[in-house]
Parts: sequence; structure tokens; C-alpha cells
Amino acid sequence: MNIASTDINTIWSYLEAIKDPEIPVLSIVDLGMVRDIHFHDEELEVIITPTYTGCPAMDMIAASIRAELAAKGFSTIKITHSISPAWTTDWMSEKGKQQLKEYGIAPPNPKQQVCNDKLFAPDEAVQCPHCESWHTQRISEFGSTACKALYQCDECKEPFDYFKCH
Amino acid sequence: MSRSITEYLLYLADNTLILGQRNAAWCGHGPVLEQDIAITNISLDLIGQARSFYQYTAEMLGEGATEDRLAYLRTEREFKNCLLVEQPNGDWAQTLLRQFLFSSYQFYLYRYLLNLPDTRIAAIAEKSLKEVSYHLRWSSEWVIRMGDGTDESHRRLKEALDELWSYTGELFLPAGYEKDLGIEVASLENDWSKKVKEVFDEANLTVPGNVFMQTGGKSGMHSEHLGHLLTELQYMQRTYPGCEW
Repeated sequence: MNIASTDINTIWSYLEAIKDPEIPVLSIVDLGMVRDIHFHDEELEVIITPTYTGCPAMDMIAASIRAELAAKGFSTIKITHSISPAWTTDWMSEKGKQQLKEYGIAPPNPKQQVCNDKLFAPDEAVQCPHCESWHTQRISEFGSTACKALYQCDECKEPFDYFKCH
Repeated sequence: MSRSITEYLLYLADNTLILGQRNAAWCGHGPVLEQDIAITNISLDLIGQARSFYQYTAEMLGEGATEDRLAYLRTEREFKNCLLVEQPNGDWAQTLLRQFLFSSYQFYLYRYLLNLPDTRIAAIAEKSLKEVSYHLRWSSEWVIRMGDGTDESHRRLKEALDELWSYTGELFLPAGYEKDLGIEVASLENDWSKKVKEVFDEANLTVPGNVFMQTGGKSGMHSEHLGHLLTELQYMQRTYPGCEW
């Protein structure tokens, strides 16, 4: 296979198949973790960035990228980790946000609402992904993974994860 | 010069590894579930930062250095972390006050590191600063909640302050490698003191005056606590060298 003739957009679509192991509905592309793809002669370079520095999923994601691209016929794959500019939830696609919501995780609000260093600031208004009520409250600023906070809906009473702004 | 850079990187890495290890000991023991999750999340962020710094150090050192070898196979005297982060967890008040004193220092330090000519350090600082801002907000709120809470919570926080304050002076005294690199640590003290005072005022705490400040951690002279911590942290690699899972 002449990899250099493969369209970059096709590679992006291959990477869409790779999901975040912590949130199996969300692809690493929709999450904004894939920053760039380059061809260097016969080598394909994929540049990825972690969501949080301690994200334990990074090694698994890199291995999945290798496996996926190898299955498509690419033999020389280089995965580069980049941390600057730092990942932000602004890079999550609208499709990704919709998928999160359908999965039961409230998607991140636009950033300006959050990066607030004021102490004891009122809880952000987060919409319940189950019943769509805005009457929700924060139970914990930290959740089951580094990227989430824990909320509960006052209407349907369901607890839910909120993918916090970052 | 290159020795100073790797020593400084180890200082940054060791601070975050050791505090991450301390906080991780709360896993399953937090006062309530949500705060257990909070302190262990903070631990994860810190260990992630440590990895970024160790990886860079290992690349600079070459000769077979790896992030794992740096974390698991150095002796106590080779660790450069400040004394503050190795102090025992004590009670919840002591843990969160230690977190507050350190996160507020880290916040101004990382802001300073953004402007270093070494773009790799600046990038790690940029990435970590987002996490540290979150830690600082969380720990500030807890200091206020406990200081301005019940008689007992105030007493515990006050005792924690008496215990920890003497380990804060070292943060603003340059170690040899900081001098070599021109890292102006003393320039961070004003912002840090202002932040601490602002939170202490809300928490009805007074900044202690006239305290003899302990030093040594940054150059490898540690309190008795670090050795015990390392025996746990390094146990597996010391007992089963090279083991993987």
C-alpha cells in the first residue's frame, strides 16, 4: 500500500474509531486529543496531547492508535506527545458533547463560565443529561476520573458525572 | 550548568512525587467519600506532573536513566524535594493545610516557570497550572471551612499550622542549582505571602511570626519522615528489581 497517497482526512477518520477507554462513546478525535497528523516520507506521525497530566489512559490510547493504523496497513508509525498548548475542553467537538450527553455525562460548559478562581463560588449551572432539568447541584468538585465532577439532579434525583471545564 | 538543570528538574519532580505519594495514602480513608476522591485526584495530578518532569530529566541524563529508575532507585539523600511535602499526613487539617501551603507556592512558581527559556519546562508548567489552580481553590476553601468552623476544627488547623509553618521558609531560599540557573525564588514570596494572608484572614488564622525556618530538603538533607516514605514507595522495585505488571 502506498501510504503517502492516503488522504490525511482518511487517517483522521481511522482515528475516530479509537475511543477514550474511560468514556467508551467518545473518540479521541472528538475529545480533542489528536492535535495533528503528518507524513514524513514513509513514516506517519500522530501528535496527541493528554487531557490531564496524570491521565492513566495515555499509554493505552497510544497503543490503540498503533494497532488501528497497523491494521490499515501503516507500518511506520510515530506517536508524539505534546503538552503545549495545554489541552482544553474547548477542543471537544459538538458531536462529542452530544455523545457524552447521550451516554449520561453532562458535557463541559463553555470555558468562560468556569475558570473561576473565586472561593466558594456558586455551583455552575449544569444541565441534567437525563431529564434536562437545570435544577442540579454539585456534590463533589472531583469525580470518578480526573476530568469529571459529581452532580445530582434535584428534579429526577439521579446523580451524574459532569465533564468539567478545563 | 547541565547538572544544575537536572538537579532543578529533580527538585520539581520530587516535590510532586512525594506529595502525590503522601496524598495517595488517604485512598479509602478520607473523612467522606467525596473528599477521599478529591485528595486522590489531586494525588493523581501530582504524580502526572512528576512523570513529565522525570521523563525530561531522564532524557537529559541519558545513559539508561528512565523515569522509573529516578523514582524508585534513588536514595533518600538524592531526593531534592522540599521538607514541607514529606511531612506526615497527620489529621485532615494537617493534610489540607500542607496542600494549601504547597499549592499556593506551586501556583506562583509555575506562573514564573512559564517564562523560562527552557520551553519544555514552560510547557509542563503551563499544562500543570490548570490543575494546580483547581487544587489551590479546593484547599483554600477547606482551610477557611475548618479555620472558620467549629472550635475543634479551628484547634486542629491551628495545631497543623504550628507543625508545618517552619517548613515554608525553605521554599523561598535558593538552592545552589536555583542560583546557577537564575531562578529567582525569593521573588515568589510576596505573592505567596499575600495569598496565604488573604485565606488565613478568612479562616481566622494568624500568620505565625518569628519562627525558626528549617532548611535542607532542597539539597537532600531531609527530615526523618522521607526515609520511611521511600521504603514504602520503592519496596517493590527494591525487592523484585525490574519487576513489571
